[in-house]
Amino acid sequence: MVDLSVTLAGVKLKNPIIPASGTFGYGREYAELYDLNVLGSFSFKGTTEEPRFGNLQPRIAEAPAGMLNAVGLQNPGIDAVIDQEVPHMATLFHGPLIANVGGFSLREYEDNCRKLNDCAPVGILEVNISCPNVHAGGQNFGSDARSAAQVTRAVRAVTDKPVFIKLSPNVGDIGAIARACEEAGANGICLINTVLAMRIDLDRRRPLLANRTGGLSGPAIFPIAVRMVWDVYEAVKIPIIGCGGVASAEDAAELMMAGAAAVEVGAANLRDPYTCKKIIEALPALCSRLGVNKISELTGGAHT
Amino acid sequence: MKESCFTLEKIRTLTEDTCELILRGDTSAITRPGQFVNLALPEKFLRRPISVCDWWEDTLVLLIRAVGEGSRCLTQSRPGTVFNVLSGLGNGFATSSAGARPVLVGGGVGAAPLYGLARRMAQVGTAPTVALGFRRAVDALYIREFEALGCRVMTATEDGSLGTRGFVTDSMAEACWDYAYVCGPTPMLRAVCDLPWLTDGQYSFEARMGCGFGACMGCSISTVHGSRRVCKDGPIFTREEIVW
Repeated sequence: MVDLSVTLAGVKLKNPIIPASGTFGYGREYAELYDLNVLGSFSFKGTTEEPRFGNLQPRIAEAPAGMLNAVGLQNPGIDAVIDQEVPHMATLFHGPLIANVGGFSLREYEDNCRKLNDCAPVGILEVNISCPNVHAGGQNFGSDARSAAQVTRAVRAVTDKPVFIKLSPNVGDIGAIARACEEAGANGICLINTVLAMRIDLDRRRPLLANRTGGLSGPAIFPIAVRMVWDVYEAVKIPIIGCGGVASAEDAAELMMAGAAAVEVGAANLRDPYTCKKIIEALPALCSRLGVNKISELTGGAHT
Repeated sequence: MKESCFTLEKIRTLTEDTCELILRGDTSAITRPGQFVNLALPEKFLRRPISVCDWWEDTLVLLIRAVGEGSRCLTQSRPGTVFNVLSGLGNGFATSSAGARPVLVGGGVGAAPLYGLARRMAQVGTAPTVALGFRRAVDALYIREFEALGCRVMTATEDGSLGTRGFVTDSMAEACWDYAYVCGPTPMLRAVCDLPWLTDGQYSFEARMGCGFGACMGCSISTVHGSRRVCKDGPIFTREEIVW
């Protein structure tokens, strides 16, 4: 029997597979297909203080081995999420949920985290300082070490729950940013968010996405995620949730060997809604092949 | 929603850019005309949402116009090709809410879901009147198929090479109907919606989709009831819900 369980800053998950925020909604659509309790956890749609419609259409574009999205943090706002979505999610998934928290100011990040602190079903706060699709927010905080540390310190002060900071790949020194978050009190790091990208419609001679740019996700960015998780593993001691282009159990193991303690699966869910379930089912055999009895032994396994 | 494999049995060229695909597979998740399926293509990451033209037992009929790489690749598929399909997506047309005098209005390949609707309306009552608009006579499709159901078909072409010259709304400039089922390009939807005498109806929308089953919020549009997902809450929206 292979032990698939992992522990993230004291929060035990039955396995390391977590659907990534923004690709899993609040779980409803996937719960029609399979029992969500097979999952390690799931990171629900990014939450902001106010309801947001997000960007104009079109928001989605094809890319080689991936896709671009410019949804722009569409969500009903934190109060509706806490009143309606969290209780419903708790009926679909009985383990600890991951709340992805957005924000446009330090105060908003603080307020959102303070409100979520009283939500029992939420086990981990994943603070998103890396959304490429909202202006004057999100990524601005994640683009340098000083502001990333500022957000970390602010939210750390208002919650008892473990705080994971979700970092952007669209930066220079990812190790320095991760280290700044760790020093500011982060309990973990989640990376990578989508890679800033763009497509142009040849016939219209205009950007394909109404937002002009979007975030690239899918297998195209997987090697970038492996490299950046590796770099962050070298830079910090706190646990890492690896994310970016994972589509198979092998991808998940690779990201764990780079340094991830758990793995988020994003765009792959949109093409094949059963992806997470299939990965989880394939993990025991893969662990046996790789010669580990506990999947957590894979974490950082490629480092010397 | 159901994930299953469909095998392409027959492909028939309808116009220079549009084909009819007959596939075999499990259609049990398809419950209403106006729903769509989402086909995975081996060389593309995103699935391609395609409106259901018709279905019965294990047969699925799709009309596909080659507009981009994905749809071109579908129209060039060979019989025997197997597609992974998410079927039974979207709300579909609600036939119960139609008025006494419905008209089906299609633009180009937008005729597709109207055919499945017309066939079901013909089965339980009378074949509806259908107004179809195309650019040119050579782009016209499915007119004979609608007529075979007993539908009266009114046609318009932009160059006048078939039927009334002008848009589909020009062919139906007689106020004989009180309810419309509409599918076509967005400007056409809007033109039909703006007809002052056509007070009610259901309109099929399209959008670039990430998942096609309501999870990613990629295809959200604004309606009078707030944000709605074209893939899950739609693709059919009623006239009073629509915000242009």
